[in-house]
Amino acid sequence: MAGSYPSVDVDFSQAWNLTPVSAADWLIVAPVVISMIGGAVCLMARKNTDAQPKLGLIFLVLLVLASGGLLLRVLDKGVITMVMGSWLPPFGIAFTVDALGATLCLIASVVALCAGIHGAATVDNTGRRYGFYPFLLLLMTGVCGAFLTGDIFNLYVWFEVLLISSYGLLVLGNERPQLDGAVKYGILNLIGTNLFLIGTGLIYGVFGTLNMADIAIKISEMDAPASGTLATIAALYLLAFAMKAAAFPVNFWLPASYHTPNIVISAVFAGLLTKVGVYALLRIFVLIMPASREYMADLISVVAIGTMIVGALGALAQSEVRRLLGYLVICGIGSMLAGLAIGSTVAISGAIFYAVHSIIVMTALYMAAGVIYQMAGSYDLRKLGGLYGASPAFAAIFLILAFAVSGLPPFSGFWPKVMLVEAAINDSRVWLAVAILLSGFLTTIAMGRTWIYAFWRGGPEGTEDGKSVALSPKTLPIPAASWVPVCMLTALVIYFGLQPEGIMHLSAYGSIGLIDPQGYVNSVFGGAQ
Amino acid sequence: METGLAIVIGIFFAVSVYLLLSKQLVRMLIGVAILGNAVNMLIFTNGRLTREVPPVIPADLYVPAEVTANPLPQALVLTAIVISFSFFAFLLVLAFRAYQELGTDDVNEMRVAEPSNDPLPPQGY
Repeated sequence: MAGSYPSVDVDFSQAWNLTPVSAADWLIVAPVVISMIGGAVCLMARKNTDAQPKLGLIFLVLLVLASGGLLLRVLDKGVITMVMGSWLPPFGIAFTVDALGATLCLIASVVALCAGIHGAATVDNTGRRYGFYPFLLLLMTGVCGAFLTGDIFNLYVWFEVLLISSYGLLVLGNERPQLDGAVKYGILNLIGTNLFLIGTGLIYGVFGTLNMADIAIKISEMDAPASGTLATIAALYLLAFAMKAAAFPVNFWLPASYHTPNIVISAVFAGLLTKVGVYALLRIFVLIMPASREYMADLISVVAIGTMIVGALGALAQSEVRRLLGYLVICGIGSMLAGLAIGSTVAISGAIFYAVHSIIVMTALYMAAGVIYQMAGSYDLRKLGGLYGASPAFAAIFLILAFAVSGLPPFSGFWPKVMLVEAAINDSRVWLAVAILLSGFLTTIAMGRTWIYAFWRGGPEGTEDGKSVALSPKTLPIPAASWVPVCMLTALVIYFGLQPEGIMHLSAYGSIGLIDPQGYVNSVFGGAQ
Repeated sequence: METGLAIVIGIFFAVSVYLLLSKQLVRMLIGVAILGNAVNMLIFTNGRLTREVPPVIPADLYVPAEVTANPLPQALVLTAIVISFSFFAFLLVLAFRAYQELGTDDVNEMRVAEPSNDPLPPQGY
């Protein structure tokens, strides 16, 4: 049949990008490709439980290197784009990487590497055989894909990739509480992604395109870009991503499920999953639909205040360390939403900085809770005590993380809160500033109480004053794979606290790129050509 | 044609929301399945409906000869069907396992992860 086609000269450059992608630009897809191949390789080596951690860690290190290289490339060249199958945008699916996506991708990879190391100590052979490392790597495929893609339907697909991997991780081990938590997590998150898909279907119906840069141009050219169908779409996106990010009042699935799986899985979830929701909110409402963000700014600030206060009060009401931390994840989401509600450059960069801080510190806190469990055999504040005597150094590390999550100087939580409070006052949203400070105060109380109960007092409830309990010697020493990643993340927390300029520049760069989409659009459509 | 389908989609959404508001897990799962189908039909309708002209370009041409059916929503819907079907299958097994372990399909009684008689937190420092 092929011979029967007429040979006519066709100008393929109308539809295809004929210049080959430069070798360095293949970095754009490298994080996704590496983690996907890693997941497949680990899956093939599923039964070899000794090789699993080694294989997984090799791919996670490669992932960190690729993401780091990608961030350097973006800082060097500005926003970079690669289209699948060489189809020119908006026909082909574009991967467009800006400073925001590359920064979050790098931090997420670092956190996943730490989780991989921690998992070598805490995930037993059964967990490895049921696929901890394949699921972790496939989760990273979804997370990196979501951070790097420039196509809104493709974003939905990456959300589903990370969601199905997170289901696998959440039920790993098959305990009763896990099944209970997974039912709530599963159904609520599936409804969330369906709402996102409805919004995407409507976007396609209105604009006939799914490329984010293309949609951003078309919306900026409209007369009334926040009314009619677009108002519906914006409301659907806000609800969908608020569900993903666990914002008030759709936050209840998070404290119901995050404390049920193995602690290292909780740590990865707390660090990454909700922040992907926040990332999507920033991408959609600042880059694509800025008019809708302004229109809904008051609503978003009410949601932000509710999220912060509910999160902090919820943390105060818990005596189980993991559930307490789950509420602190929610509290942090409120601060990021505050940045979105204000919407100025400083506020958005504060939100990005806070996301980076929250990814690191929440993962570190959950892992530290895992170390507490290894030392004392419980997560319940009533049964904990005397850990300072067992390990003063670990007590100091936990105190540093407690200060950081409360936003006290000189650690990483302080600077984004300063930026957010300043931006809130400049935007005359005083209540938002009050809520940020109040939630920090309540968090300080909750974390201070945890530290005093678990570390400072002599022993569990019922121990006489002044006596300290010796921990059973079989729990000590703690394997290095458990505490090394906690120390790595704590070092990052201290570094970002003492040297915030680097990450501040990065987040400012990301924020400017979102507010003025020209660089993003030029990268996708080839600029002035 | 679009109007008719829009009404059908609306009915689908109403049914799925009604079922999702129920506290029986099985009903909620049926609601999830119908929600997925409603979303798929919504995407399909949003691509505009045309009749019986497949998007195939004749051998001697480089663009379609006439207005054809829009192939992109079909690709989107196909992706969404695969995803929502696999999620539904997973949730079905999960719900069955939860029923086996927890002995109930009433979500109000699923309190293993968050026990209702949890003791109060420490009341001071």
